[in-house]
Amino acid sequence: MAELTYRDAVAAGIAQEMRRDERVYLIGEDVAGAGGVFKATPGLLAEFGPRRVRDTPISEEAIVGAAMGAAMTGLRPIAEIMFSDFLATCWDIVANQIAKTRYMTDGQISLPLVIRTANGGGARFGAQHSQSVENWAMAIPGLKVVAPSNPADVIGLLAASVRDPDPVMFFEHKALYATKGDVPDGELVDTLGTARVVREGSDATLVALAAMVPKALAAAEVLAERGVSVEVIDLRSLVPLDTQTVLGSIAKTSRLFTVEENPRLTGWGAEVVSIAAEECFWDLDGPIVRITTPHIPLPSADALEDVAIPSVDRIVTTVEQVLA
Amino acid sequence: MTSTSTPAVEIDQETRLDLYRRMVELRLFEKRAYDLFMEGLVKGTSHLSLGQEAVAAGFGAAMRVDDYTFCTYRGHAHTLSRGTPMARVMGELLGRSNGVTGGKGGSMHLTSVENYAMGSYAIVGAHLPIAAGAAWSAQERGSGQVAVCFFGDGATNIGAFHEALNMAAVWKLPVVFVCENNLYMEYTAIESVTAVANPAADRAAAYGLESIIVDGNDADAVYAIALETLDRARQGAGPSLVEAKTYRHGGHSRADPGKYRPDQEVEEWLDRDPVDTYRERLLAQGIAENALTEIDDDARTDVEAATQAAREAPAPGPEVLERNVWADGSATWRN
Ligand SMILES: Cc1ncc(C[n+]2csc(CCOP(=O)(O)OP(=O)(O)O)c2C)c(N)n1
Ligand SMILES: [Mg+2]
Repeated sequence: MAELTYRDAVAAGIAQEMRRDERVYLIGEDVAGAGGVFKATPGLLAEFGPRRVRDTPISEEAIVGAAMGAAMTGLRPIAEIMFSDFLATCWDIVANQIAKTRYMTDGQISLPLVIRTANGGGARFGAQHSQSVENWAMAIPGLKVVAPSNPADVIGLLAASVRDPDPVMFFEHKALYATKGDVPDGELVDTLGTARVVREGSDATLVALAAMVPKALAAAEVLAERGVSVEVIDLRSLVPLDTQTVLGSIAKTSRLFTVEENPRLTGWGAEVVSIAAEECFWDLDGPIVRITTPHIPLPSADALEDVAIPSVDRIVTTVEQVLA
Repeated sequence: MTSTSTPAVEIDQETRLDLYRRMVELRLFEKRAYDLFMEGLVKGTSHLSLGQEAVAAGFGAAMRVDDYTFCTYRGHAHTLSRGTPMARVMGELLGRSNGVTGGKGGSMHLTSVENYAMGSYAIVGAHLPIAAGAAWSAQERGSGQVAVCFFGDGATNIGAFHEALNMAAVWKLPVVFVCENNLYMEYTAIESVTAVANPAADRAAAYGLESIIVDGNDADAVYAIALETLDRARQGAGPSLVEAKTYRHGGHSRADPGKYRPDQEVEEWLDRDPVDTYRERLLAQGIAENALTEIDDDARTDVEAATQAAREAPAPGPEVLERNVWADGSATWRN
């Protein structure tokens, strides 16, 4: 067991897979010599050399396009898009090409690739470097969507993503890079599509993702002091979506809240809520409530960003009011 | 270097007949595809390469069997020229279960991986970076394969073209980019929207590449430049950008009559029909007419058989609708 930061876990996960499989490559802007703008990939150039760890021009379409062409012809590339907002510049390749090609070719082409990207707010970077866009990816048939909340999951889910035969969008949260967590020794390989109950409770279920998981856990702590017992689920991946864990929890608590960083409209929680409403309506004792960022571009000033993204206080207050 | 119609290499008779055969097959196949579209059997859309056959034929004949082809929605010719069976292409155009993708892709997305036809891409320019990626993989695997990427003149004004050219040049990738300049995008002339006269060739210098223009209606010239650029890529000397000047005989797609083009321009290009002029050249070189007629007859028979097979093939059943989104064959996104 070792304590690692989330950013160190990214490098550790990539290194674990690159050691195991020589077909795994890493490309992206500043990923090699500089070790990544978030310092999530240091040491990889030194260990694996300039062919397997390669800096690219500022050409997002070329980065993900190259990953796609390489994946269909025998490599297992990991491509980094520096900030997830920049996915919009190569969304054609992601949404029209990578996502649709297996289906359009009726299974002739496989695309075992991973697109890693730094997602989310909290760093005061403003609207073009802060948005949570995991719901963009979730809306496209053919993409798997993963968003880890802690260092051990970063390694295990990254390994599972690299080994997966389908394209995976891997959303690292930039507000989590500095956070620490225990990581077991030895090879870590997790399973996509498995949510985890990270805190048990009986009065309500809080479903969260990525940076909203530690906030939901902190809120659960406060609520516990006030006599409210909430169960917290870390969804971990949006596609595949582990609905059974969510439905099972609702069967126990009878109340559902989602805690989402993405802007409100068509956020991932909307799908979770609709499944709950359709499939466990009679288990519910009251309205389902989504706690989300408002439907706005994210502001830069700390005073504004802090009230935009769901906070521990907002989660606590909302849950108390709704359950009251 | 600018190539002309006179190829630098000697082309043997067997290859010449092969080039002729490829062009005739493409010509007859696509004429039939047009007829079937007018009959309402090819639904949706269809983009033909009638008049542009020499490009697909010249490269098809020069490529190694395991070189990769990437092409556009105007991709029937490129897919067929890699040896993809006519019946499976025709079936795809008709939306039948015997099609190369069982009806999932259609005319604009022909793909036959077993023939190294790695897909037809219908977002202008998108496949240039993807072809570069396949070339990158070939380079890393040391396989000696080359990726050949066909696209239209219109693609030279989209960002992906420039991103792919630059990355391919910097990484010295074994890829040949082939611009088929047929003078028009859909209904607008390329020259009216482009800052340079030769939309691909005049951009080559920006990526440290030679400016290459070839007569895209001359199968020998295309074949020669294909050999040269494929060889260069295979030797590790990096990418090439070839601009093939050509013309489509018909409209952009479907039943478009192409009336936005001046009559005289159309006349001039029809006079330079790649199939007819090549036939005349072969006859002038002393090839017996009956050898060519035999090729024509065989192609006619093949197109007839392919049409028959496609007409008779059943439509895909609804059971395939939710198949092959994922590698496990399913479309399952939740438990
Ligand atoms: C990005 C994008 N923009 C527009 C279109 C619509 N469109 C389809 S074909 C075409 C013309 C392309 O012209 P060119 O590249 O010269 O190829 P050609 O059709 O002449 O072979 C256009 C505008 C598209 N498919 N993709
Ligand atoms: Mg054109």
